[in-house]
Amino acid sequence: MKNLNLITAPLRKANPITVLILGICSALAVTAKLKPAIVMALSVTVVTALSNLVISLLRKGIPSKIRIIVQLIVVATLVILVDQFLKAFVYDVSKQLSVFVGLIITNCIVMGRLEAFAMAHKPWESFLDGIGNGLGYGSILVIVAFFRELFGSGTLLGYQVIPQGLYDFGYVNNGLMILPPMTLIIIGIIIWLQKPEEEK
Amino acid sequence: MLMGLRNYIDKIKPNFEQGGKFAKFHSTFEAFETFLYTPNRVTTSGAHIRDAVDMKRSLIYVVFALIPCFLFGTWNIGYQHFLSLGEDVTFWQTVGYGLIKIIPLYLVSYIVGLTIEFTFAEIRHEDVNEGYFVTGFLIPLIMPVDVPLWMLAIAVAFAVIIGKEVFGGSGMNVVNPALLARAFLFFSYPSKMTGDNVWIAGKADAYSGATPLGTIFNGGTINDLPSLMDMFVGTIPGSVGETSKIAILIGGIFLILTGIASLRIIISTFVGAIAMSLLISDVPFYYHLLMGGFMFGTFFMATDPVTAAQTNIGKLIYGFLIGAVAILIRVANPGYPEGMMLAILLLNVFAPLIDWCVVECNIYKRKKRWAAERRTK
Repeated sequence: MKNLNLITAPLRKANPITVLILGICSALAVTAKLKPAIVMALSVTVVTALSNLVISLLRKGIPSKIRIIVQLIVVATLVILVDQFLKAFVYDVSKQLSVFVGLIITNCIVMGRLEAFAMAHKPWESFLDGIGNGLGYGSILVIVAFFRELFGSGTLLGYQVIPQGLYDFGYVNNGLMILPPMTLIIIGIIIWLQKPEEEK
Repeated sequence: MLMGLRNYIDKIKPNFEQGGKFAKFHSTFEAFETFLYTPNRVTTSGAHIRDAVDMKRSLIYVVFALIPCFLFGTWNIGYQHFLSLGEDVTFWQTVGYGLIKIIPLYLVSYIVGLTIEFTFAEIRHEDVNEGYFVTGFLIPLIMPVDVPLWMLAIAVAFAVIIGKEVFGGSGMNVVNPALLARAFLFFSYPSKMTGDNVWIAGKADAYSGATPLGTIFNGGTINDLPSLMDMFVGTIPGSVGETSKIAILIGGIFLILTGIASLRIIISTFVGAIAMSLLISDVPFYYHLLMGGFMFGTFFMATDPVTAAQTNIGKLIYGFLIGAVAILIRVANPGYPEGMMLAILLLNVFAPLIDWCVVECNIYKRKKRWAAERRTK
């Protein structure tokens, strides 16, 4: 049961985005629409989980001096696999995400977890930690993308949610929501709301 | 009658104190009490009074200074409306139309803004302060008159919460909240904030409603502009309070005389704008000073004591850069006709850095002087 904590902690009180402030760059880039955000969240979860697992299995054999290179090779391989997978099965989303799938390799969360966790823990725990952090990252991405797509485009997952009647009444989509700065503001608000709860 | 009110307030006061029935509304009660009467609390330790002007007084002065702009703006709304329709009406009809248009803007601005201010004050157990009176008065003056009220409400809420309350309320804000409200609308709903169709209330379709800046932006020359006199007096389309340079000057001089607006910032902003327009603009510099929100921004926004630089040299740098960047955006930027809002917001963000550099420079110089003196001894 103590392993459950490995998954739940990154969702709230050790959240990689709102508490550790890691992985903000990709959060800016892919959250204008909900669908790419979900795909991105899943991709990162897969990469963190599997790379944690692999590195944890290898951890005793990796010489300390070249461990970063080894970690990079593992992550790069996984990222390429994910990228190919997306291209094969969800081509349109892969197009939208463009370079940002490849850039998962530079996502601080991935390397951070490898260094901080997988190098010193057993495979199963490392795997769970990877899942937890991927989901913690993904949950924020999905929340942000939900608000940005809803108010920025009036749609969710591409379906119009805000009724046409409201537009006829004078409602206009908020252009600022589409622009990257709004992501930072939304993440800021989430941090603001989350903070007092933690301090309790 | 008046004493009756005082007695009534004293009677209900215990309810709002700690442990009273309505203790939750202490801040609200306090705000109304101090609004009606001078507070009876006095400073307990040594006071540092240099002037009889406290925050309440200085904020009220700013509102006084804005009244000429408000009055002219109200008249101009009506004047532009009937001019576009080609109707000949009396002075009072013009003003009446203006009032019908502007009062809802003020209602929305104050109701939304003050509700948020009061709520935050209650949650934080702080006293409500008067910061929003000026912000709320400024916001409708820098909007196009036809801005939909719900958009204004969202912008006000955004500006007060994100621009001010998250930083700790009045006096702690990094950027000017009124300008933030405008910037929010500008980027969120550009179709309602720029272009030729938003500046005149109920405009006739065939009538061109371009502002002088818009005309220049779309490739016009100074021959297409209204006369300098019209631009100075203010009988041109534009945001509500920005058109009349006379009204702005009356308010601005009042602010300078009362010592609230910094003359350093105002002069250096003018210098920066003139220098930059001589350098890169085809339009004569005096047109730049009269067009758009330059004057209004210089006198009422750039001088905001909370968000401006604080050191004397810092003020000169800050003002100069505002003027220069504003003209740079006007001339070089293909996206937006007006640069004053963005220039002030940008320099608001840089103001603390400018101050820091000035202070560090000073420390460095004094250290060097001290070292030199030691050597000569």
